[in-house]
Amino acid sequence: MSATPAKNTRAKKSVKTELKRRFDMWLLQHAQALVFSLGQYAKHPINNLLTTAVIGISLALPTSFYLLLDNVRLVSSGWDGSLQVTLFLQNDVSDDDAFTIAKQLQTNQKIDDATVIKRADALAEYQTLSGFADALDALDENPLPAVIIVHPTLDSADEKDIAALITELEKLPEVDNAQYDSQWINRLLYLLDIVNRVIIILSTLLALAVLLIVGNTIRLAIFNRRAEIEITKLFGGTDSFIQRPFLYSGLWYGIFGSLIAWLLITVSMQMLRGPVKQMANLYASDFELIGLGIGNSLMMLGIGVTLGLIGSWISVKRHLRAIEPV
Amino acid sequence: MIRFTNVNMAYPGGNEALKNINLDIAQGAMVYITGRSGAGKSTLLRLIALIDRHTRGQIIVNGQNLERVRNRRIPLFRRHIGFMFQDHRLLFDRTVFDNVALPLVIAGYRHQEIKKRVHAALDKVSLLTKMNSYPMALSGGEQQRVGVARAVVHRPALLLADEPTGNLDPALSWDTMKLFEQFNQVGVTVLIASHDLDMIKRMQKRIITLKNGRLLSNSTSSQEDSE
Ligand SMILES: Nc1ncnc2c1ncn2[C@@H]1O[C@H](COP(=O)(O)OP(=O)(O)O)[C@@H](O)[C@H]1O
Ligand SMILES: [Mg+2]
Repeated sequence: MSATPAKNTRAKKSVKTELKRRFDMWLLQHAQALVFSLGQYAKHPINNLLTTAVIGISLALPTSFYLLLDNVRLVSSGWDGSLQVTLFLQNDVSDDDAFTIAKQLQTNQKIDDATVIKRADALAEYQTLSGFADALDALDENPLPAVIIVHPTLDSADEKDIAALITELEKLPEVDNAQYDSQWINRLLYLLDIVNRVIIILSTLLALAVLLIVGNTIRLAIFNRRAEIEITKLFGGTDSFIQRPFLYSGLWYGIFGSLIAWLLITVSMQMLRGPVKQMANLYASDFELIGLGIGNSLMMLGIGVTLGLIGSWISVKRHLRAIEPV
Repeated sequence: MIRFTNVNMAYPGGNEALKNINLDIAQGAMVYITGRSGAGKSTLLRLIALIDRHTRGQIIVNGQNLERVRNRRIPLFRRHIGFMFQDHRLLFDRTVFDNVALPLVIAGYRHQEIKKRVHAALDKVSLLTKMNSYPMALSGGEQQRVGVARAVVHRPALLLADEPTGNLDPALSWDTMKLFEQFNQVGVTVLIASHDLDMIKRMQKRIITLKNGRLLSNSTSSQEDSE
């Protein structure tokens, strides 16, 4: 009995070193498989690049649609809530009269704010927006009326009250026409909802495509390295040892595919950024395209890696078993 | 080391490749298995390595009853065996070094140890200078020797060779057999399937003759005729 403690600690120690030895070996074999699969990737650059490019595009498509949707939502969220009624005044109403009318309107309880766009300003804006600058220059007279932008205190949901307000405004003798543009915002929101669903369906299909592509590429790799797998089995390679490099190949496909997707999206966004900013300037908006950002980039990487691993795992499970000897 | 007791082997098609084999091979022995093509030589080796499983009887290898070795344990079981084949089965996209290192990499040896052992094995077969060549650049005899080095690099207790000299000329075959003998002399049990009777007889070792799946004779370099 008295001898056991020392024995015990020695036993514990040897268990510990054995565990450490196994862990080191496990780590070593993983590192070897990781490097080996990268080497295999470099050995068949064209095939692997093609596969990776397809994965990259498949990841980039739904991601960029989402991004576009995000941007549109961001823009339209500025419009929603701040609905407005545009009053086109009669052609013979002067700018001064327009200001007087606007002041009167502001006393109305249903109206929060009324701003005048002078005839000259309306023309200038139209010229830059329409591109008909030359044609308009040729005219002696400004053909555009002054405009009053009315922001009602009402909510866009109170369609009845808004309709009543519009009839009331249209009855004013100086007003030629009152336009209320919230319907299209509502339509836009519905449309965005539909687009969102379409993107979800598309993403699912493309994710499936990535699984198939990775699975098929791994299947071919297994087939090409059949002799090696047979020999490895003969010399006592375990299943996990044999499948490890193939799983890591899937990992690399995921990583490089995500990288390509990221590049595609970033370059496209860069190309769009300038024109979008110009357009925003026209609308006196400081809107700027939102890019991928770190969070979305990491999420895309995560999805790419997951798909790569699942695809290769399915392929390995299906095709490695078939190779003799057991 | 190896004991067969009333062993039968039928392939899934119903083809009886081995019939009622009784056999005892001592540890450290060097034994030839001979017989015509289709006699069952390869099948015998395959059963020992658990590439196929026998259908009746009992096989004991290195103290282990093969029936009790579960599929999951087969890889560990095979790490005590070295293999040689007629068609070399080298990996042509890897260097000689990497080919020979394979059994060690599988067993999880460290790089230093792998290097040491591969060098020693290649030195044994006089191919140290070709370490970084690809198998394509080697002659048939050299490829065969790479196969030998790979078969023994992990110091297996048992070496199984299936027609290892089938593609070699007599002089090279003889060299290969002498190489096997050297490994045998340091304690490796060696089992060689071959139909090259002339050479086998000259080696003066025990010869097991198979015919149509039956054990015909079991003698030490006798004058037995395989016909
Ligand atoms: N995978 C297999 N399936 C069915 N029959 C086989 C298989 N392998 C070998 N055989 C049959 O088993 C018998 C013995 O074959 P084998 O052991 O290869 O003989 P040897 O190596 O002596 O030429 C032959 O009749 C052969 O046709
Ligand atoms: Mg054979």
